[in-house]
Parts: sequence; structure tokens; C-alpha cells
Amino acid sequence: MTTLILKRLGIGLVTVLAVSLIIFFGTKILPGDAAQIRLGQSATPENVAAFRARLGLDQPYIVQYLVWLKNFMSGDLGASLASDVPITNLIADRYQNTVFVSFATAIIGVPISLALGILAAMYPGTLYDRTLTLVSVSLVAAPEFFTATLLVLLFVFALGVGNAIVVGSTEGKGFFELIAHFALPITTLCFVIASQLIRMSRAAVLNVMSSPYIEMAILKGVPRGRIIFRHALLNAIGPIVNVVALNLAYLVTGVIVVEVYFGYNGLATLIVQGVQTRDYILIQGLGMIFCLTYVILMLIADIAAYASNARLRHPK
Amino acid sequence: MTKANNTEHYVAPYDAGVSFDELPDSAPSSPYRPSWTGWLGIAVVGFWVFIAIFGPWLAPLGENDLPFPDDYSEFQVPRPGAWLGTDVDDRDILSRLMYGAGRTIGISFTATVLAYFIGVVMGIGAAISTPRVDMVISRINDAFLSLPTIMLGLVVVAAVGSSIPVLIVTAGVIYATVVFRLARALGQEIMVMDFVEAARVRGEGRWWIITREIWPNAAMPLMTDFGLRLIYVILFISSLSFLGLGVQPPQADWGSMVRENLGALSYGASVIPVLAPALSIATLTVAINLIVDDVSAHSGGKLSKRL
Amino acid sequence: MARKHDDDVIFEARDLKIHAVRDDGSELPIVKGVDFKVRRGEVVALIGESGSGKTTISLSALGYCKPGLKFAGGEARLLGQDLTKMSTEELRPVRGERVAYLAQSAAATFNPSILINEQVTEAPILHGSKTKEEADAKALSLYHALELPNPDTIGQRYPHQVSGGQLQRLMAAMALCGDPDLLVLDEPTTALDVTTQIEVLKAFKEVIKKEGAAAIYVTHDLAVVAQVADHIVVLYNGEIKEAGPVETIINKSEHPYTKRLMGAIKPLPEAGLGEDTEDLGRESPALEVKALDAGYGKGADGKPTTMVLRDVNVAIERGKTVGVIGESGCGKSTLARVFAGLLPPSAGDISLDGDLIAPDLRNRSREELRKVQFVYQMADTALNPRHRIKDILGRPVEFYSGLTGAAKMERVYELLDMVELPKPFAERLPHELSGGQKQRINLARALAANPEVVLCDEVTSALDTIVGANVIELLKSLRRDTGVSFVFISHDLSTVASFADEIVVLYAGRVAEQGPTDKVLSPPYHPYTRLLISSVPEMRTGWLEETIADKATLTGMASGVELTDTGCPFFARCPMAIEGTCDKIEPPRRNDGAKHIIECHREIDELMGGG
Repeated sequence: MTTLILKRLGIGLVTVLAVSLIIFFGTKILPGDAAQIRLGQSATPENVAAFRARLGLDQPYIVQYLVWLKNFMSGDLGASLASDVPITNLIADRYQNTVFVSFATAIIGVPISLALGILAAMYPGTLYDRTLTLVSVSLVAAPEFFTATLLVLLFVFALGVGNAIVVGSTEGKGFFELIAHFALPITTLCFVIASQLIRMSRAAVLNVMSSPYIEMAILKGVPRGRIIFRHALLNAIGPIVNVVALNLAYLVTGVIVVEVYFGYNGLATLIVQGVQTRDYILIQGLGMIFCLTYVILMLIADIAAYASNARLRHPK
Repeated sequence: MTKANNTEHYVAPYDAGVSFDELPDSAPSSPYRPSWTGWLGIAVVGFWVFIAIFGPWLAPLGENDLPFPDDYSEFQVPRPGAWLGTDVDDRDILSRLMYGAGRTIGISFTATVLAYFIGVVMGIGAAISTPRVDMVISRINDAFLSLPTIMLGLVVVAAVGSSIPVLIVTAGVIYATVVFRLARALGQEIMVMDFVEAARVRGEGRWWIITREIWPNAAMPLMTDFGLRLIYVILFISSLSFLGLGVQPPQADWGSMVRENLGALSYGASVIPVLAPALSIATLTVAINLIVDDVSAHSGGKLSKRL
Repeated sequence: MARKHDDDVIFEARDLKIHAVRDDGSELPIVKGVDFKVRRGEVVALIGESGSGKTTISLSALGYCKPGLKFAGGEARLLGQDLTKMSTEELRPVRGERVAYLAQSAAATFNPSILINEQVTEAPILHGSKTKEEADAKALSLYHALELPNPDTIGQRYPHQVSGGQLQRLMAAMALCGDPDLLVLDEPTTALDVTTQIEVLKAFKEVIKKEGAAAIYVTHDLAVVAQVADHIVVLYNGEIKEAGPVETIINKSEHPYTKRLMGAIKPLPEAGLGEDTEDLGRESPALEVKALDAGYGKGADGKPTTMVLRDVNVAIERGKTVGVIGESGCGKSTLARVFAGLLPPSAGDISLDGDLIAPDLRNRSREELRKVQFVYQMADTALNPRHRIKDILGRPVEFYSGLTGAAKMERVYELLDMVELPKPFAERLPHELSGGQKQRINLARALAANPEVVLCDEVTSALDTIVGANVIELLKSLRRDTGVSFVFISHDLSTVASFADEIVVLYAGRVAEQGPTDKVLSPPYHPYTRLLISSVPEMRTGWLEETIADKATLTGMASGVELTDTGCPFFARCPMAIEGTCDKIEPPRRNDGAKHIIECHREIDELMGGG
């Protein structure tokens, strides 16, 4: 099992390297070069050349890549082409909102969705199960901005609470005030992850429930509660943790759309700005951060699956 | 009624002429008949496909025409001449919606077909090639798969700008990675079946094995997945457009319509300019999902309560 | 037999009817009104083929219907209570307490994440009939009684940490831990090797007797029933065809269906009675391997990382049948794959009609491929589910003989006729056929090539007794009519013996013994052959006791196969092993004349005894 985890960590490391290659060279095919973008059309060729030398752009790509990777690992993400502000400073100004919304979504959305999904698996075929399935089937396929629009309609127009667009400062607000402040983005994201989580956790538990050892437990007269919590969940934990990690990874996409929709400042809006201004140094740095988060969540998903498997925990 | 008292010897009455045939295996499964949710899905998808194809002819106005050129103000409420009102630039929402249908559905569908073409060819290719080649292709594919799709899309659009062909190719390549994984897994599963081995022992060539033995068995599960993939591509394209990085103005597209008119919500002017395109996407994707769910419930068997 | 009082009745089915509920709500009768009784201390066997409803009936004793089934009438009375009318909550105290269930596959029945002991003692503790200490003590005594290795610690393991045979016995412990009045055993030994089966049967029988429980024993194997049951109920298509005491059913059966079931069982032929086919002269064998080594994986030295076959020599004479026998994992399927060119050997030669052929099928010519055909065990996966029968049969016809159009169809019909299937079958898809019919198509596809050798890998193992017997009959007539040679691979000695001219006994990848069928089945024996022969259940009562009494046999059964690199692989299980020789030195080949070869350190004379 240790070797399996080490192997998985190794694959994770290779993936991160591959990802860094894709991001670095992906942004390299950008038309026009950084110096030109930074200095604008009026810059003299001498100025551009000098600036290129300063950024190391006259070096071969492979050298540029290695320097960039080294800097990234030491926490230096370079300076924005658009504003010449260090990327780390830009991130420092903005990360709180993104992290807070994602975190709140995870702690509110995950337990509720899991409970709903497992409950549906316990009573398959009932009205509750079929309704929940239909709702989650619909939600999973609906775009984030549709869910967001419905919530805005409901809360802002019908109930008259909340803000359609999140404005104003978050400074000095306590935890619960922040939750209220970001209520709509958090709720939207909760719905986004809930649809997947409900479906997948329900499927994971149902899959275990159809195995012969559950039938055996029924035939031994084991009460329903014990069948679920002792016999089924124990074997479903691996798949469920896997599902949770995967869905948190999906949040990356959801966060971008939601930040733009509700128009508050966060890392996601920052990267969209980067794309619009062709600030490729910003894209590289933020892209790496998003992708790293994603890769780490995937890693946790797989390791959780190993850890919950009795065969791997207790070899022959 | 048959009697069997244990201490006695019981023999059921029999007709000496009747033979005892082998009992048949389970009855062949009935052909797929959609449930009501399935029919609902089919109806909605059919409606949108119709609009997508004929929208530009049916639309009351051009996508950038102004229904009330003299009465210039944005976000007008619905009334004759503009049944869904007007948008941020005073254009007819209904007409833009009908033009946008073709663009959103057309781009997504083409991209999904492209994703399938690349993914299936590479996936089945990897499944039947040597382990080394298979490993190299799969590792590269895994690296792409471990990136959030929207991030990849952002990088590409930042690099080469946004146009319809770029969107199609980008979405096609990104989603080909997922199709690759599925096609490869299916291919490997079928490759180890005895009937494929039987064909190899017979001396059949690689082409025969792919087209006659593997493909007919992989086609059905791939079809179901096609629907799911189409949903994700529609959501991907719409999200990009919503972020302003997809279909570019003044062309209409459902995702970009939501973006353009987002102001209507914050001003409290009208909800229709935002709701209409968002609802269109949702009805389309939800309807496709209803069909997919219905079909897979049919092939996967019904769940029943046993506790 | 003295008339017993009716309070002795533990379980009684009265006009029991069970229906399957289809998706559209319509119902299909599965069990059509069945009556039988099980009295205290009795074992009643439900016997029948798949589709007979035997498992469904047995589960009614737990008040349980598989998903998609429902009780449609009659009663299933356990100790006077009708279980068919009880709710799940009412049934809970009955299940696992009054009646316990043993499933076919213990590996799937144990929860992989829970320690064995917790699962074994779960039912009585939950039902409150035993305290944890009492249940643990009971479990421990059962582990001892079932002769499990390391009985004191085995409960502290996870299911995947013990062997299949042991898990099967642990399931018996799980069922018995709550001291149930009735045990339901559903094919509990079917998944096991013959030598393991005896051991498990013995354990079951002794424990049932000792615990004084009644039992319902579900199986398709009449020979097994003869060993364990007091009464037999013969089922066909959800109805009882014949029922009565074991002796009566086995010796004086009357119903034609029972007779057919009995007729499908081939006793081991006595020495010299093996089927004889004409000797077609001394030309070169149709297919031959010499000094064959084969295995999987590729080590650094170019040799396989896991060796499966070592130094195997087999010659298949024209028109003859060679049977290959051995337990699972002995390498018999690998041998067929080497013949077919699917697994190129790491050493040794393969020759066809006396000429060397390429070890890898990719380098064989179409003509060479045509001459050797392979028939798979599982007809389900061997036939492409998307191809019609006419395409499945037509393709090899077209591929090897170039026939097309009407000529091809003619040949397809001819092939269908050869395997005794009607013409309209050509238009069907494989899933529209029954298991036996699919296996016939599988055979016909091999014959479509006009082969010289047909390799049959366990072709009857997945089939019911009668259907399998019919396929063997078909093979015999095909051999007579076509002069094709067969390699018949099976784990079932009696099936092989009824069909083969020569037998190769494989053990752990080595040939233990080989020669003409009658020579192999009569002394002198290799000790392993002797074990195999004595493990084949005989269709008479008392056989199990006699076999168990034979200490020599028991030694062999007590342990599993261990692959060894030095000496004789059978050393650990061999009652005649010579310490210091058998485990150190490779056994010599001893020739008993007439191509009868035994690989053993013991002299031929020493190998004559017993059997």
C-alpha cells in the first residue's frame, strides 16, 4: 500500500510537471511578445530589446521554462505585464474572497449533499428518491449562471433579501456576516456540487447495496440501520471520499463563472482579466495555482480510495 | 399441485413422449421504450434542434436589428413586435435567441463529434497497440485530463483569440481526452473477450478486428456517453461565452447573451434578458440528460427495494 | 422408516408459488406449486438444472425473494410460521437465528471490510440469543470442528486473507453460530476443486450431524447429493418431478426426467473400458509438442517470470482424443493456448503433421491456422453478441475456403445440421440461444474451418449436467464422422475419461502421468492420479465415508497446490513422499510400457497398490 501511494505521488509529480509544460508553452504561442505588450506600440526597438533582456526573453525557451519553474517554486510568480505589480501582490489582495466562498461551499454543501444522496440510496425507488434523482439530474445539466439567475430571482425579487450583485467591502465582517454577504454565490456553488455529489454518492452506496454480502446480511436478519452503517457505508467510504474530492475539483470551474456572475473580486476574475489583457505572466502563475489545487484534490481522491480498501490495508 | 411426502416415493405424472428441453436462458431484453421523462426529453431536444436549423428563417428580425428604432431605450418589456422584450442594445431578444440556438447547438455538436472522432480513434488505437505505445499515449492524456477544462480553454483563447473554429477545435480536443479514456477502457474490455481472441486465432487482420468485432460492441455505450459529453460541451462553450471569451459580439449566442444582459438584473430592469438564454441552455441540457438517464436506466436494469 | 410425528417438521412448503414480476407488471410463474417437508435431523436435497427454481424455493425458507420475484401463493412454514405472509421486520428475528443460509460463493458473501469473527458471530449477538463471549466461544469451537488451520486466530483475519476452501467452511461457521434449526445450503461446493470439495463436504456433513440441524441442500450434482442427503426432491421448471428417499431415487427412479439426469452422469470407466477408436496407422501425429516450457511475463534473462508449464511432451494422433486433466491453476488452459499459438512457449517445439510450425500465431500461415481450431469454455463471451449465427459460422467458411453467397450459406446450414440445430437458427443472435445451443454454435464455428485438431477448453464446465452430456455425445459422433482429433481439457475426470483415448494428468505445470486412458485409470498410478480418481464422487451412498476413512487420500486433501522450483511439486500433498528425495530432486520419468509414463521417485511396483 505504501508503494501504491508513493507510486501515486510520483504520478502526481509527473502530472504537475506536465501541467507546467502545457501552461508555459501554451502561453508561449501567444501572438506578439511580452515586451511589446508591456511597452505598447510606441516603444522603440531598443527599449523592447532591453526589456526582453530584463525578462530573460532572449534566452532559449527551455532556459526560460526552467527559470520560470524555479521562480514559481520559490514563490516568485513574476510581475504583471498589464500593471507591473508582482503577481503575488495581486493574489494577496484577492485570494480571501475565492478561498472563503470555496471553503464555505465545501463545509455547507458536502455534508448536506452526502446525507441526501445516502438517504436516497437507503430508500431506492421511493417518491423521495425519484424526486431527488430528477432534481439532481436537472441541476447537473444546468449551467451555473442559470442556477444563479433562479436564485437571484427567488431571493432578490421574490423575497427581497440579498444582493443581486455582491458589492462593497468585506472588511471587518465576521464569519457569519461574510456568509450572509456571499449567500448567493455560496448557494449557487452548493447547488452545482450538490447535483453531482447526490448522484454519485447515491450510486456508490447503491452499488455496494447490491453486492452479495449485503444480501447475506439481510438473510442473517441484520437490522436495516446496521446494514447501512456497518456493512454498506464501510465499503462505500472510499468511493464517497473519491466523489467528494472530484467534486471539489469541479468547483474550480464553478468559482470562475460565479465570481464573474456576481461581480466580486477574486482569483477567478483576476485570471479572466489576464486573458482579456493577454497578461500571460498572470495566466501562467494563476493557471498553475488552479491546476495544482485540482491535481492535489485528485491525488487525495485516489489515496482515499486506497486507504479505504481492506485488501490494500491488510495484505495477505 | 405436486405432492412430496418425504417418507414416500412420489412420482409426478408424466407423458412418456414429452422430452425435457433445456430451459431457455433469460428472456431477451425488450427494445428500448422511453418513459414519460424520456419522451419529454426527446420533445424538448427536438424542438431546439428545429429552432437551431430553421431559426434564422423563422426569426421575426435579424439578430442585430432593432424592433423599435425610434424608441431607443434598453431592456424594454415584452410587447407586440418584441415578444420577449429588448436587450442591452435594444435588439429583439426572441430573434437573438433563435439565431443563438443554431450557434450554441451547432458549435457544441460539431465539437462533440470532433471529440468523438479524435477520442475514439486514439482510444481504440491505444487499446490495440503495444503496451508501451498505450502507456505513452495514456500518460499524456492523463496530464491533460488533470487540468480543469475551463483553464485549458482560457489559455487557448488567450493565446490565439476567440473565433468559432477555435472554439470548436478547443472544445473538441479538450473533450477528446475524456472520450479517449472511455474508448480505451471499452476497447480493452472488448479486446480480452474470447470472440476477439477467436478472430485472432482465425488469422483475421487488425482492421477486421477493429471494425467487425470491437466497434459494433463499443458503439452502443459510446452513444449513451455522446449525450452526456454533448451536455458538458454545451456548458463549456456557454461558460466561455459567458466569460466573454467565446462567441464574440455582435453575434448572438446563449452564453454571451447572459453576459451582455447581466446588467438588467442589477438595475432591476427586467429578468427576461438574462433568464431567457439561461433557461434555453438549461432546458436543452436537462432534456438531453433526461434522455441519457432514461436510456441508461433501461440498459442498466431497474433498481428495486430489497431491504 | 418409522412414521414420525409432525412436530418434527422443521420446514414445510405447501403449494408454494413464486412469480417473477416483469417491467411491464405482468407476472411469470417461476415456482408452480411445490410441496415438501424437512424434518429435524434430515437433509433434503433440491436438485435440478438452472431454471428449475431450486434456489428460489430454498430462499423461501428464509422468507426471502430475490429482487424481481414475489410470493404468489401457498405457504412456506418454518416451525409452524408461514414466512410468506410476514413483514421484513417480523422476519428479522427468524433469519440468522432459526434458519441460516450458505451461499455458493463465500468470497462474495463475506464483507471484505469486516473481520471474519465479527461476521461469524454477528447474527446471534444481534438477535440477543448469545452474549459476545458465548458467540465467540461457539465460533471457536466451530473453527475447530470444521478443521480450519490456526482456529484460534483465523477469526482475526479479513476474508481476502484466507483461501477459498477455508472461506467456504467459515461460511458454514457463520451459518451455524446461531444454532439454527434449519440450514439452507445453496451449491456450497460447486465452486471448489474436486479434492477440496470432499474436505468441505465432509466438514459440512459432520457438523450438520453434530449440531442436530435440519438442512435444505441445493445442487445440480446428483453424486454430491448421494453423499449428504436423506431425501431428494427433483425439480424441473418450477415443479416437482420426483421425490423420495435417497436410495429410492438413485436406485429405483421412475420419472423419465430423473432418469435422464442420472443418465447424464458418467461413472469412471473401469480399467480397459475406455472408449476405443480405430487406429489410423502410424503416421506422424496431427499435433505434437516436445520439451515445452511456457509461462507469463518476461524476466531479465528472457525466460517467463511465472512458469506455468515445464517440460511437457504431448502428441495428438490423427483422429484421436487427448484429455488433459488437472485442478485449477495446473496449466491445462495454458497448454491449449500454446497449441493455438496464443502464448508462444519459452522453449520447446510445436509441430503440425510432422512439420515444425511457428510458436506465435501471427507467424503461422492461414492453412496452419485452419488446421488447429479453438473452442472456448464460455460460449457467452466466445460469440460476438452483435453478429448473427450465419455470420459467426459464415466468416470462417469464407475466410478459409473462399466460399461466398449461396455456397457459403449451404455450408452454414450443413454445419448447423452437424451440431443438430435447425436451419432458422442462422438468422438468430447469440443471446437468443440457450447455453447449450451457444456451445454447439461455438463447436460448429471450429468445424467450419475443416480443422485437423480441435482444442476444447472446459467446453462442458459451464453447462448443466444433461446439456453437458449431450454436448459430449455430439463430440463423440463428430469425431466418428469427421476424423478430427480433439484435445479435451477439463477438471472433471469422469467427463474426460468417457471421451479421451489418452489422458495427460497435469499437476502444477508438470505432467504427473500420461498414457492411454485405461492405463492411466488403472494401477500403477501416480499418487496424484490416485487422489484425483478417489475424489470423484460416486453415485452411491456411503462413498464419502469410505473415502474419508482412507487416510492416504486425506493427506492429499488437507493442503493446497504449492508451486516449487525444486523436486516434485506434489511433494507436500503426497502420502508416499520420500523426505530428502522428492523435495530435492526432480522425479524421473518411469515408463510402464505402451506409452504409459509416470513421473515419480517411487518404483512402478510401489505405485501399484490401492485405489
